[in-house]
Amino acid sequence: MQQEIKWPAEGNARVPYRMFSDPDIYRAELSRIFLGPTWQYLALAGELPQPGDYLTTFLGETPVIVTCAQDGEIHAMVNRCAHRGNLVCLKRRGHAENLTCVYHAWRYDLAGNLDSVAFRRGVAGKGGMPASFHLEEHGLKKLRVDKFGELVFGTLSPEAPPLAIYIGNLIGSRIHRVMHGKPKILGTTSQILHNNWKLYFENVRDTYHATLLHTFFTTFRLSRLTSEGGVDIAESGAHHASYTRNKVDRVDQATSDQLYAGIPSLRENFRLADPSFLATAEEFGDDTTTQILSLFPNFVLQQIQNSIALRLVLPKGPDKTELQWTYIGFEEDDPGMTEMRLAQANLVGPAGYVSMEDGAVGNFIQRAIPGAEDECSVLEMGGFGHVSEANRTTEASVRSFWHAYRPLMGL
Amino acid sequence: MRRLELEQLYTDYVHCLDADELERWPDFFTEDCFYRITSAENYEAGMPLGLIHATSRNMLKDRVSALREANIYEPQRYRHLVSSIKILEEHDTTLDLAANFLVVRTMQEGDMTLFGAGRYVDQVKHANGTWKFARKTVVLDSRQIDTLLAIPL
Repeated sequence: MQQEIKWPAEGNARVPYRMFSDPDIYRAELSRIFLGPTWQYLALAGELPQPGDYLTTFLGETPVIVTCAQDGEIHAMVNRCAHRGNLVCLKRRGHAENLTCVYHAWRYDLAGNLDSVAFRRGVAGKGGMPASFHLEEHGLKKLRVDKFGELVFGTLSPEAPPLAIYIGNLIGSRIHRVMHGKPKILGTTSQILHNNWKLYFENVRDTYHATLLHTFFTTFRLSRLTSEGGVDIAESGAHHASYTRNKVDRVDQATSDQLYAGIPSLRENFRLADPSFLATAEEFGDDTTTQILSLFPNFVLQQIQNSIALRLVLPKGPDKTELQWTYIGFEEDDPGMTEMRLAQANLVGPAGYVSMEDGAVGNFIQRAIPGAEDECSVLEMGGFGHVSEANRTTEASVRSFWHAYRPLMGL
Repeated sequence: MRRLELEQLYTDYVHCLDADELERWPDFFTEDCFYRITSAENYEAGMPLGLIHATSRNMLKDRVSALREANIYEPQRYRHLVSSIKILEEHDTTLDLAANFLVVRTMQEGDMTLFGAGRYVDQVKHANGTWKFARKTVVLDSRQIDTLLAIPL
């Protein structure tokens, strides 16, 4: 596969459309990226408070069990019995003293070590496992687990650097800025997107589209490209954080209106009858009103005013993605703050006033590219580089995704 | 008689949504209504999240305005089937109800999706000779939404 793709000479300013539809590329991603030297979000530590608590999730398409083991630590392992490949945990979440496979009752402890095998010594001297069979050689395949604050990540690669190094200080400080308390889950949802996972992730990394595709933003002056802001990009290119400070408009209103004149997203006549849900409170000790942060390959931390959510982009096929949303507040929130977060959640998610279009646009692209596998998208907004900028009219953070992606894929 | 009125309420409600007469949708609610769409998983765990979370009839009007004027989504239509309306509790001026629903979404190309199955958990109020929803919680059995949720349920 790799021999057939010659990346265009323009580098990260071009992306061949076959990247979003080729099944061979997709299969290579599952091993080189999702089982490769990357860290992926597994859970919030607070979801597994007691030894015995477990939940299931994915690294790419590989099913994973995440537990709070007897030692009180969080462990993660592949959800596949070492015997004949059966799913060990059949429920999304639960509580158990151990992990027992229903097929032949092979029993693992909460750290994934094989404790016992039914009929190991046979019956009445007949059958049973050979003497050469050692329990310790047949545990569940273990992930490395690491935490960044309350965020739990896992990897199956021995080559991924420690999580804090992987994330880095620039983007790490922006995570800490948002995750300022003990997280409390307000609810979850999933969106099934009929497009390649990278089309959604590019959309998250794209600081250029927000006020153009999402008319709600501009019409209510929640965010405009003319507002003060920028994008921080990790040195590796792998991670990004775009930010907006809405109180500071870089140009005056008239000039801003002029820049947007003729662009469909500015619709003057649209007024809300009840805008109270947009009320916002000072929370983060700075004037950054929106921050969209992503960690390669598939994690997003969103702060839109006081609406905070974690998003996990799970590949389900070359043209299918499950986007999982976890909306949070903090234990320290008073009821007014919780209510504010719930009200602002109208902006995001599958029915979100500003997120709704992100569910649609990836599919529009997926449907437009058949037959164009060897043609390319053009990413020249803001030039050709992929470093931090103090403005958002750029595609630097999209180019930086490809800068991190290509070496892993041998492209 | 009251049973027939309640059935008529649900019939009129889903006909309004399915016929794309969204401007009439808020009229089915009281002024200080509460409307929420969530999953059974969230609802049964007591999690307060709503995919739509509206605390007034005016917010419902804004949903419609946003759909007509701001949001971008492909032409689509719904077909609701409602059944098994059950009175859960009676209060002085209100009734707590539950009803099952299915909704099929059909896109302009013709592809159909069983978009939602679930139950309405509602509180209705009788005033001026008509029933209105004071509270409506749309509890979807699935935690998955296909693509996006534009038109209310």
